[in-house]
Amino acid sequence: MNYLYFLYMEFLAKHNIPQLFGDITFFCIPITIIFAALLVIVLALVLFERKLLGWFTQRKGPNRVGFWGVLQTLADAFKLLCKENITPSGANRFLFNLAPIMMFTPALVVLGIIPYSSEFTFISTETNLLLFVIFSALPVLSILIGGKSSDNKYALLGAVRNIAQILAYELPIAFSLMSIMVLASSMNLTGIMLAQSTKYGALGWFWIPCFIGFVVIFICTLAELNRCPFDLPEAESELICGYNTEYSGMRFALFYLGEYTLLLANALFISILFLGGYLSPFGKYISPILFSQNVGNIVLYFEQAFWLFLKAFFVIFIVIWIRATMPRMASFDLLKFSWCRLLPVSILNLFIVIIIKYFGGLYA
Amino acid sequence: MNSTFLKLNLGPQHPSTHGVLRLILEMQGEKIISCEPDIGYLHRGMEKMAEKMSYIRYLPTVDRIDYLAGFFYSELFCRTVESALELDLSERVKYIRVLLLELNRIASHLLWIGAFLMDLGAVSPFFYVFRERELILKYFEKITGQRMMNNYFVFGGVRHDIFDLDDVEEFLKILQNKIQDYNKIITDNPIFVQRTLSKGILAPDLAVNSSITGVNLRASGVKLDFRENDYLYKDIEFNPAVLNGKDSLSRYKARIEELQTSSEIIKQCLEKLKEHTNFRNDLVNPINLKLPTGEFYSQIEAPRGLASCFIKSDGGTSPYRLKWRTGSYYSVNLLRHLLKGEYLNDAIAIAGSLDIILPEVDK
Repeated sequence: MNYLYFLYMEFLAKHNIPQLFGDITFFCIPITIIFAALLVIVLALVLFERKLLGWFTQRKGPNRVGFWGVLQTLADAFKLLCKENITPSGANRFLFNLAPIMMFTPALVVLGIIPYSSEFTFISTETNLLLFVIFSALPVLSILIGGKSSDNKYALLGAVRNIAQILAYELPIAFSLMSIMVLASSMNLTGIMLAQSTKYGALGWFWIPCFIGFVVIFICTLAELNRCPFDLPEAESELICGYNTEYSGMRFALFYLGEYTLLLANALFISILFLGGYLSPFGKYISPILFSQNVGNIVLYFEQAFWLFLKAFFVIFIVIWIRATMPRMASFDLLKFSWCRLLPVSILNLFIVIIIKYFGGLYA
Repeated sequence: MNSTFLKLNLGPQHPSTHGVLRLILEMQGEKIISCEPDIGYLHRGMEKMAEKMSYIRYLPTVDRIDYLAGFFYSELFCRTVESALELDLSERVKYIRVLLLELNRIASHLLWIGAFLMDLGAVSPFFYVFRERELILKYFEKITGQRMMNNYFVFGGVRHDIFDLDDVEEFLKILQNKIQDYNKIITDNPIFVQRTLSKGILAPDLAVNSSITGVNLRASGVKLDFRENDYLYKDIEFNPAVLNGKDSLSRYKARIEELQTSSEIIKQCLEKLKEHTNFRNDLVNPINLKLPTGEFYSQIEAPRGLASCFIKSDGGTSPYRLKWRTGSYYSVNLLRHLLKGEYLNDAIAIAGSLDIILPEVDK
């Protein structure tokens, strides 16, 4: 961030604009970057999912709009924008309109917390990790509001299921995150990531000492994102579309966009906690070897972002793979599974990690 | 009615009611207190229609009673008319009919597997079974010119001789491999087992008293297969699968077994067709066809249980009264017993496991 700030100030100084102006307006730059990059990546993500699902099920996936179907998502988004926004007559208008916004905004904040490369961390506090957990749990509230205010019984059932689901996955997540904090001795995402930088490269990342926690968090993230096999709140064969049954047009698009943004954010989060974030899997970055000092420094930031997104898309690939393979779980089975299997296992993981931390000197 | 219950109107436009079934559910939370099936959204008056039509004009419409098993109803109607006119089929025609019926049964069960897994939330198997079903439909198209509403059987025979039997042999080989794949992705899947094991227990007493037939009955441990007494299947040896699980899982397994049974029957048919190469149709002149006065009944084991046709004729060119009995109708009625006390997500799975086809229910 400092580097970006420095560049911006230098640019303003050149044009004789007072520094105060720069201090006030600087926050616009990261927001613009996030918005622009986010839109492109989420559109790519939707295409990625549809293509993969197509290949998993012996189909071609979207291939009509644009070369290789690249414009399909854009066309869908345009269609949704053009559609009428229908509010059911019995709905609470204020809450009904508020819910999609409440879904999308936390998703944006969450993306701001992620350290993309060593110069690209927008919100960096000592307790980043908690901030992420809190903001990524907020959409649950929006689902409750949307489901309750729609005046639709299916939407209500979906919302209630979502609340039951949050009971299932939050505790195992908390225990697994605790083991990460123990390993890294930090609650800052950058700190956690840098704690994984050993000379062993990919073998030094936290997924090895904290493997159980990795699996637990992965499963819980599926539940948090309402992804298959835990897509109970929007189970299409039971509840038609769950909490967003009554939403159409742009409001539906916001829910949709929010869901995919959260998927991206959570994939980035898992990559940072367990897969070394923007660290290179070889232990050393490639760009300083290839380029001279000056150019290499700038290319390095992009290389870091490349590794991060590569890992995130690997995580997303597995999420989609699971979606193509698994039937949906029953809601009561999820609670049972979570409390009887995931929770004890994640507590066990905490003990293992404490022992590793105490005896193994690897993570100082 | 207690006002604390949530009254949920499931259907007629709902993704998992396999057509236009409407279930009126009274629920406490997600637990179903009572279930009241409401049918008739796809009623086409198939029975009344017959009273105004000549027999040959009615023949193409009977395929539409069950669009997934059109051959069975076509065969059933032909069989009833043939029994009234006392027509005999030549050996080759008999085996052609059995071959096509069993292929149709496989196609129907394959589609059920996909739809059932869709109800449980798994997307991929739906596409996998359609890939295999496509081979059958392609063969039907080759033989009859149609993919679904084939209209191939006629009174006293079939429209023309069958050909390209190598395709069927090829298909059976492919199916064997694919059943292995289904077992890997579906039967061994822990979530699938969790969702179906001991869910929707159908006691043999309840099944018999509710007139349930076919695979649903055999999955409850009652050995009753109407193919065993069927004159078409007289020289064919087969063993219908009887399972004792009584739950959704055993209904699924019974249908997978049924795929194997049907493959066995088709293999024998192929052998017999090689023996009996002489194709002979005993067709009657369908124009102004009159059935003798009287009541005629015949039945067949369709993919969704016993199907039967009853014709009361007054000697005219169209039936005085025609009545169909279809398997799904009784399965729908069963829902009010099976869904009581279940949770909504299990209820969908149980309803799916009974293999209900709505056009067959409403007729």
